[in-house]
Amino acid sequence: MLLNIFNSVPIQHYIFLSAVLFSIGVLGVLFRRNAIIMFMSIELMLNAVNLLLVAFSTYHNDASGQVFVFFVMAVAAAEVAVGLAILVTIFRNVHSVDIDELKSLRH
Amino acid sequence: MTYLLLIILTPFIGFLINALFGKKLPKTVSGIIGSGAIFVSFLLSSIYFLGFLKGTQAPIDVDVYKWIALPDFTITFGLLLDQLSVTWLMVVTGIGFLIHVYSMSYMHDDEKFNVFFAYLNLFIFFMLLLVLGNNYLVTFIGWEGVGLCSYLLIGFWFKNQSYNDAAKKAFVMNRIGDLGFLLGMFLLLYNFKSLHFGTLQTAIAAAPVQHGLMIAITLLLFVGAMGKSAQLPLYTWLPDAMAGPTPVSALIHAATMVTAGIYMIARSNFLYALAPETLQFVAIIGVATALFAATIGLMQNDIKKVLAYSTVSQLGLMFMALGLGAYNSAVFHVVTHAFFKACLFLGSGSVIHALHGEQDIRNMGGLRKYMPITFWTFLISSLAISGIFPFSGFFSKDEILAAAFEHNKVLWVIASIASLMTAFYMFRLVFLTFTGEFRGTAEQKHHLHESPALITFPLVVLALLAAVGGVMGMPEVFGVDHYLKNFLSPIFAGSTHIGEHGAHHLDHATEWALMGGAFLGAVLSIGYAYMKYVSGKALPAKEGEEKGLGKVVYNKYYVDEIYNLLVVKPIMLFSQVFHDLIDRTLVDGLVNRSGKVSLMVGAQVRKLQSGYIGFYLLAMVVSIIAMFSYVFLMR
Repeated sequence: MLLNIFNSVPIQHYIFLSAVLFSIGVLGVLFRRNAIIMFMSIELMLNAVNLLLVAFSTYHNDASGQVFVFFVMAVAAAEVAVGLAILVTIFRNVHSVDIDELKSLRH
Repeated sequence: MTYLLLIILTPFIGFLINALFGKKLPKTVSGIIGSGAIFVSFLLSSIYFLGFLKGTQAPIDVDVYKWIALPDFTITFGLLLDQLSVTWLMVVTGIGFLIHVYSMSYMHDDEKFNVFFAYLNLFIFFMLLLVLGNNYLVTFIGWEGVGLCSYLLIGFWFKNQSYNDAAKKAFVMNRIGDLGFLLGMFLLLYNFKSLHFGTLQTAIAAAPVQHGLMIAITLLLFVGAMGKSAQLPLYTWLPDAMAGPTPVSALIHAATMVTAGIYMIARSNFLYALAPETLQFVAIIGVATALFAATIGLMQNDIKKVLAYSTVSQLGLMFMALGLGAYNSAVFHVVTHAFFKACLFLGSGSVIHALHGEQDIRNMGGLRKYMPITFWTFLISSLAISGIFPFSGFFSKDEILAAAFEHNKVLWVIASIASLMTAFYMFRLVFLTFTGEFRGTAEQKHHLHESPALITFPLVVLALLAAVGGVMGMPEVFGVDHYLKNFLSPIFAGSTHIGEHGAHHLDHATEWALMGGAFLGAVLSIGYAYMKYVSGKALPAKEGEEKGLGKVVYNKYYVDEIYNLLVVKPIMLFSQVFHDLIDRTLVDGLVNRSGKVSLMVGAQVRKLQSGYIGFYLLAMVVSIIAMFSYVFLMR
């Protein structure tokens, strides 16, 4: 039943949505200077990919795509945990999360 | 075979101990280890020597291990002990031991005492290897090794630049000769597929060989001998080699190493037997060297330089004997020369020691009173080298002169003149050093003393040997056997006929006359020296006051200067040109350019690493997009 609802939305819509989400993520990463927002943008990109994976999984009647999404989520969670920890340390040191402040490795 | 290896290895062990632990050992211990190692070798050699004398010992030819094994040929690391090598073995270890003992006292105040003994032991090791090798390659290892030790020991006091230069000169000159030796070996290997003495001998006897090839091989080998044994035109290194400590001059540059060339040619007698033209050449070079060096010896004022030129001259006589096919006589003279020349050098060392480094005979004189033992031993050896009956030199030199008389009267005349000069300059040296009044400073006079027992003991032993050494080779007319000739007869059995060829044997009357003439000539020369320097109280001219021919001779015929002009200067010029043009401009230019290019590229590329994370991310995204577009769109 539920499956039918999903199937009633054509695959192109999922692709467009996911592409839009991904682009927003990319632009967010490129143009925001706040590290936390960049993080969120990265999550957005990951989830755009997840959405696409799930959509194609249903489309092809193949569950492995959904299994893959779980892995992505787990890895993303781990990445966020480590990333946020790093961010906290950076904030303690430079009292800012603006990535343009982090230039001491230059040259 | 074990004992044979021990003979070689004990000096090497001595070298290792002195080189590795010498600094921790007291000087006495270090000296005793050095001398003891040689003494062990000497004892073992004596056992073999006595065996050969009694006839119980057969020649040994063993291969210790296979060294180079190729489809075409094998070269083994092998040893050969026969009458010829045992003769050299006795000279090297015997005189080597005496000189080690002497050095214990002579070098006692030197801070590098242990290094000195290490070098000496290493030298003996290589010399024994040279003498005992059973093929040309093993001999060549020893040949190069003694050259190395000679270099190290001439430059032993390396803080003095002129000593370093002398060491370099010796090394380079020897290298020129060694190249000849090496090429000779290549020719042998290429044509006969072997370097083993015995194999070569049978191979050459079995099949007829090209005459030209034999001449080429023997000439190349002789070039090697020229370098090592200081013959014209490669002799100039030997007088300069006197920069080394005096025991070194005695051991290496008088008694042993410089006779290596004679050993090598005597060993190769089976090759030379097939190349009479080369022998002729050897004889001419030998006699020319004998005369040339003797004339220079007449005018030298440095006590060691006189002895050095006398060594060159005597080596020339030995080569003349080789060239005449009189191998026995050459070996005989090598042995007696080792006795008296080692004694003379050690005696001069004793004098230099007493005078605290003074070497100029113009500043000596009257030393007989202060140093009686040195004087008497020096006198005996001088009589021996001058050819006065019944000292050893008389017999050996007479034999060579007789051989020359048999073959070629011109050679005989020149060699006789050279030996008359020898008598004169040796006694010029004796009279100026030991008679008359002391001409040095009062300070030196105050310190004059006879040298300690460690120095005089070797002198006495060597003087005794120099006095009676002739016994081993009395001429037939004396009615006794020529022991040495009989002893060596197996070695030269195949080659002496060359010497006999074309020569009529001398009758007894002629022989007596020759001996008498040589003796009388030597006595007259000595008498002339006595008149000039004792009765006449003449002194050699002061520095820069020589005139005419004397000046030319005093300056050694300007040979060094000529070599400098003809060889050293052009080479230097070439090097300068290559240095400026090839090295500086081309090679350095290339290297520096490439360095500069990478620096420039680096400076540009470095700007990419700006430190802005946003820029990195942008670059990443752009690159990924570019990659995808390439993959999807460009296909």
